[in-house]
Amino acid sequence: MENLKVPTMAECAAKGEMPEVLFWVGCAGSFDDRAKKITKALVKILNHTHTSFAVLGTEESCTGDPAKRAGNEFLFQMQALNNISVLNGYGVKKIVTACPHCFNTLKNEYPELGGNYEVIHHTQLLQGLIDSGKLKVQGGSFKGKRITFHDPCYLGRANNEYEAPRAVIEKLDSELIEMKRCKERGFCCGAGGAQMFKEAEKGKKEVNIERTEEALSTNPNIIATGCPFCNTMMTDGVKHFEKEESIKVLDVAELIAQAQDL
Amino acid sequence: MISSIIFILAFGAAIYLFSKNIGKVIRNIKLGKPLDRSDNRAERFKVMAKVALGQSKMVIRPVAGIMHIIVYLGFVLINIEVLEIIIDGIFGTHRFFASPLGSIYTLAINFFEILAVGVIIACVVFLVRRNILKIDRFSKPELKGWPFKDANIILFIEIILMGALLKLNAVEANIEGALEKPFIISQYIAPFFASFNQDTLHIFERVFWWFHILGIFAFLNYLPFSKHFHILLAFPNTYFSNLNPKGKFTNMESVTNEVKIMLDPSYTPATDIPAGRFGAKDVNDLTWKQLLDAYTCTECGRCTSECPANQTGKLLSPRKIMMDTRDRLEEVGRNIDINGEFKEDGKSLLGSYITEEEILACTTCNACVQACPVNIDPLSIIVDLRRYLIMEESKAPAEWAGMLTNIENNGAPWQFSPSDRFNWANEN
Ligand code: SF4
Ligand code: SF4
Repeated sequence: MENLKVPTMAECAAKGEMPEVLFWVGCAGSFDDRAKKITKALVKILNHTHTSFAVLGTEESCTGDPAKRAGNEFLFQMQALNNISVLNGYGVKKIVTACPHCFNTLKNEYPELGGNYEVIHHTQLLQGLIDSGKLKVQGGSFKGKRITFHDPCYLGRANNEYEAPRAVIEKLDSELIEMKRCKERGFCCGAGGAQMFKEAEKGKKEVNIERTEEALSTNPNIIATGCPFCNTMMTDGVKHFEKEESIKVLDVAELIAQAQDL
Repeated sequence: MISSIIFILAFGAAIYLFSKNIGKVIRNIKLGKPLDRSDNRAERFKVMAKVALGQSKMVIRPVAGIMHIIVYLGFVLINIEVLEIIIDGIFGTHRFFASPLGSIYTLAINFFEILAVGVIIACVVFLVRRNILKIDRFSKPELKGWPFKDANIILFIEIILMGALLKLNAVEANIEGALEKPFIISQYIAPFFASFNQDTLHIFERVFWWFHILGIFAFLNYLPFSKHFHILLAFPNTYFSNLNPKGKFTNMESVTNEVKIMLDPSYTPATDIPAGRFGAKDVNDLTWKQLLDAYTCTECGRCTSECPANQTGKLLSPRKIMMDTRDRLEEVGRNIDINGEFKEDGKSLLGSYITEEEILACTTCNACVQACPVNIDPLSIIVDLRRYLIMEESKAPAEWAGMLTNIENNGAPWQFSPSDRFNWANEN
C-alpha cells in the first residue's frame, strides 16, 4: 500500500481545519482506471510537498461539463447548483483539478451560478510548487528523453494556458519537442464536447488516430498530456499503431511523480 | 457641365442603393436576440485595431496573409484617390489635389501605382490558388457554385480596376501639358498609347476615368451580396468580439430560473427573463452578434481547415455553419420584404440547412474560433443548435441519453455508484 494521505473536506471541517486548496478529482480521476493513476500521482506530489489540501470524496459530483457541451443546460445547472452548495458550504476558496474540463467549468461557468473560486489546473499548481522551491525536480529516468506535449483544448485555447505544462516538463532535463500543430493551433484529441461518450459521426478517420499520427511523427519516447480524456484518446491511438511498448502516454503529474520516485 | 450632372446622378444612385441594402442588412441583424456588448470599450477598440486593422490573425498563414495585406492596403489607400475622382467629377476639375499638394502628390500617386501593381500580382496569385492549385480549403463542397464564382469575380474586378487606374495615368502621360512628368509605373505603359492623336487620347482618358469610378460604384453595391462585405463588417465584428475565455459557454438564465424552482419550490423566479425556446432552431433564436458573424464571414475556410471533425472526413464544416446561417437569414429577409412581416415558410436553420449529423460531430475544441481572422464564433451557433435539439426535441443520440441519465442518477457520466467515488484512495 502506497500510504496516500487523502483528507476529505468533511474530516477537515470536523477538526475545524481549513485546507488551503480543494483537490477536485473529477469523474475520470475517480472512476477511470487509467485516470486514477494520475489522481494518485498528484496526491503523492501534494503529500510530498506538504501541501494542505482535501478532497470532497463521495460528496463530489460531475461538474456537468459533458451535459453542457452536449446541450443539456438543465442537467448542467442542476449539477452546478448542487456542487456549488457543497463547495460554498465548506467555504472553499481555491480549487485545483487535473481535468481541464472540470477546470474550465469550475473557473468560467460556475461564477454566474454563485460559485466563485480561484481555480487552477494541476500543471499550474506544479509550476507554482517548482517556482517556490517546494518541489525540486530532477530528470531521473526521463533525462534526455524526447517528450512531446499534447495541448488539451480546454486548457489551451479555451483558457490560454500553454506555458505551465511546458515549464514543468522542461524541468525534467528532457527534450521537449513540439508537434506541427501545437499551442493555439493544437489539434483536438477527439474527446471534447461529450464526444468521449458516443461513437464519432461518419468520416474517413478517427480524430485521435490523426492526432496520434502527428505525435508519433515527432519520434517521441513519451507523449505527455494534461487531461485524463486526452490521455485515453492518445493511449488508444498509440495502441492502434502498436507502439505501446516503446511509447508511453503520461500525464505531467505522472512524469513529475515518477521522476522523483514518489 | 453635362458630365458633372451625369456624375452626380451616378454617385447619388450608388449611395442611395448602397444605403438601402445596408438598411436591409441591419434590419436582418436586428432580428437576432439581444446581447450586451457595450462594456470594455477600450479593450474592444484594441481588439479591433489589432485584428481588423492590423490583420494580426491573417499572417498566421504567411503567404496568404501577406498577399492579403497588400490587397487590403491597396484597397484602403487607393480609395483616397477616389476622393479626388469624386471632387473632380462633381466640380469638373482635373486632378484637384495635384497643384495644392505639389511634389507630395506625385509621391503619393507613385506609391499608389506601385501598390496597384502589388494588388494585381496578389490577385493573380489568389486566382491561381483557387483555380489551378485548388487549395483544399477552397475546394470544399460548401464553396461549390456561387461562393466560388463570387471569389473569382471580385478578384477580376480588383485587377480591372487597378488596370484602369494605371492606364488612365499612362494615357495622360501622352497628353500634352497634362502632367509635369509621368508616374513611376504608368510611364512604361505610356508608349502603348503614344501613336494615338491627342483627340483620341482625350477620349481614352475620359473612358478610363469613367470606367474606374463607375467600377467602384458597382463594386460598392456588389459588396452586400458578397463575402467581400467583410471589408466593412470586419471592423464592427471584431469590436463586438467575445472577450471571455473561449471555454466559457453562455449561461442560460431562462434555465437557471426553472432549475432553481425545481431545487427550491419557495424560490421566486426572476421575471425579467424572457421565456421562449431553449437553444436555437432558426436564425431569430440566435443573437444579433451571431447574425453579424454570419454576414462578416469571408468564406476563407481557415476555420474548417483546422476543424478536427472536418479534417477527419466528418460532414461538419464551421464555415458551412456560418454560410448557412447567412443564407437562411437572407431568405428570412426576402420573406419579410415580400410579405411585410415574416410569413411561416416551413423551413428553419436546423433541418433545412444544417443537419443534426453536422452539429453532433463537433468536439467544441475552439479551433475554428481561434483560426477565424475576423473573430467569428461558429462554435456558439453549434452549441445553441445542440441545445435546441437536446432540450426542445429530446433528440440525444442513444449513447448520450445514457450518459446524461448516468450524470443525473449517479453524478458521473458512467454507470458507477456515487458511493464508490472515493474508492480510488484505498485501491492499489
Ligand atoms: S469547435 Fe467544433 S466546429 Fe469548431 S473546429 Fe472544433 S470541432 Fe470543428
Ligand atoms: S468563419 Fe472565419 S475562418 Fe471560417 S470561413 Fe468565415 S471568416 Fe473564414
